Amino acid sequence: MAALHFHFDIDGEDFSSAGEASVEMKKKLRQLGFPSDVIRRCSIAMYEGEINMVIHANGGNADVDVYPDKIVIVLEDHGPGIPNVELAMQEGYSTATEQIHNMGFGAGMGLPNMKRYTESLEIETQVGVGTKLTMVVAV
Amino acid sequence: MKLREIAELLRADILSSEEMLDTEVQNAFCCDMMSDVLAFATNQSVLITGLLNPQVVRTAMMLDMHCIVFINGKEPTPEIVSLAEANDIVIMVTRESMFRAAGKLYDTGLLDDAAEE
Repeated sequence: MAALHFHFDIDGEDFSSAGEASVEMKKKLRQLGFPSDVIRRCSIAMYEGEINMVIHANGGNADVDVYPDKIVIVLEDHGPGIPNVELAMQEGYSTATEQIHNMGFGAGMGLPNMKRYTESLEIETQVGVGTKLTMVVAV
Repeated sequence: MKLREIAELLRADILSSEEMLDTEVQNAFCCDMMSDVLAFATNQSVLITGLLNPQVVRTAMMLDMHCIVFINGKEPTPEIVSLAEANDIVIMVTRESMFRAAGKLYDTGLLDDAAEE
């Protein structure tokens, strides 16, 4: 069955707007009548990714494909890339600055949270080129 | 426990979504790190925090939270208040510290959100 597709541009200039795309996606999933647990897992995973893109990569794009049995979230940026993915996946590891900590993020829980709340998390990254994350949440 | 009772207990000012004060809640979570809220808070609960930015409201929205309590008399900006108002989230401001606010709520039987897992 053909997927319903949503695209979001994520502004990296303004931290105060970070999270708006995730809020929009959450509203759309709610309108479509998905179970609250599915909506919650998608929302948290995308929100963490969106915040990461704003913090580390000066924004990017989010594309969400909605199928009856799964939701696929693809986040793509042209930021600095992740030099050591294994390290980045460790809870508590973060390269965020003190300024980011003061905003309540950068605890090193972003990628681990995305993994925790999704069925699969695929990371394609190249230093100096960018990062593409593909997350699948089963319905 | 109703949000209205929480406001009375903490002698808090209500800044948004007064019509939601009869909402019942069972859990609360205290934290200034939103990443930790996303990682460890599990239920539709009350968020007690000293962090003031719009991401506090968006984080609460991601977790279907009903209420944010700002501690130490910290006043949120109009942007934060209007974002909460638009999404039916009650914002309260108490002069209590995080420790005292949490202690008072714990005493009434409100549960520790993270302990639920």
